[in-house]
Amino acid sequence: MIRKKMKFSIYRYNPEIDSKPYYKDYEIEIDAHDKKLLNAMVKIKEYYDDSLSFRRSCREGVCGSDAININGRNGLACLTDLEGLKEPVILRPIPGLPVIRDLIVDMTQFFNQYNSIKPYVIDNELMPERERLQSQEEREKLDGVIECILCACCSTSCPSFWWNPDKFLGPAALLHAYRFIVDSRDQATNIRLDELNDPYRLFRCHTIMNCADVCPKHLNPTRAIGKIKEIMVERIV
Amino acid sequence: MVKRNLTGSGYGLTSWIQQRVTAIIMLTFIIVFFVFIIFTSMSVNNNISSWQHVFSFILIKIFVQIFFIALLLHAWVGIRDVWMDYIANTALKLTLHILSILWLLGGLIYSIKIIWA
Repeated sequence: MIRKKMKFSIYRYNPEIDSKPYYKDYEIEIDAHDKKLLNAMVKIKEYYDDSLSFRRSCREGVCGSDAININGRNGLACLTDLEGLKEPVILRPIPGLPVIRDLIVDMTQFFNQYNSIKPYVIDNELMPERERLQSQEEREKLDGVIECILCACCSTSCPSFWWNPDKFLGPAALLHAYRFIVDSRDQATNIRLDELNDPYRLFRCHTIMNCADVCPKHLNPTRAIGKIKEIMVERIV
Repeated sequence: MVKRNLTGSGYGLTSWIQQRVTAIIMLTFIIVFFVFIIFTSMSVNNNISSWQHVFSFILIKIFVQIFFIALLLHAWVGIRDVWMDYIANTALKLTLHILSILWLLGGLIYSIKIIWA
């Protein structure tokens, strides 16, 4: 059953063929069971234009592969309702990262920043016989932080990250930095704080709050960044 | 793409605190200043001799001088932030930093001349 037709305007760029990027328009038929934007994108690729390239995997907002810029706003295609999208729906790659092809960007810079915060628990003591236990209160500190799926919606909507992607960690990496600073099992808190105390790495954040605005998991990196600053102040005052 | 991470230069936090503390000092000054203007004879008797009388008190001079120092320290962090955000070239950035410092120092000396003359 055909419900309606929908118009899309999609950023296209294949560096092997195209001298510069361009937008290609599509008008496709949407069925009643096509609820999410990703359904429409898969349909375009399957029935209208198989040269269209984009990343996607779990299609339920867990893997974070299909982060794109939808009508000027970063989001996950699989979590975005088709209903209510302004037409033509303009799809672009997430901004600020080099485009590999169409909606696929090179995430190397983003993951370099993430890896630089040492995203793992550092515990120099002997391995416990069983697991490292946490109290309920200690575990609750990680709520609203560990849900991050590293889709890069936040960092690529952050002007500070656009300006200094090589020096500023970006909201996603800073959210994870906070996650390990407050983790009761981690022993490297001081080293982590030392490495963050830098005018670029942490302090390029100007509390613009685009990160919290676009996060598809409704997390708040700005709050985490504020908490890191609080802990830093607590350490020296 | 550069792989190394230049981390922990160690002054980000002090600048951040400096900006906030100086903001509080300036806000306090502005509130006290307007309260002073509104609730004293300054509001009706607003002329040069009454201002000269106000600035004859040493505490007032110190108070105003602290405001200007706070303003310049605050402006330094703000201006440097702008250069850090928008200027990528290190040599150009350093030049702009130095020029900003000279400009702000000039402002400080001028404020001393006005207040203490």
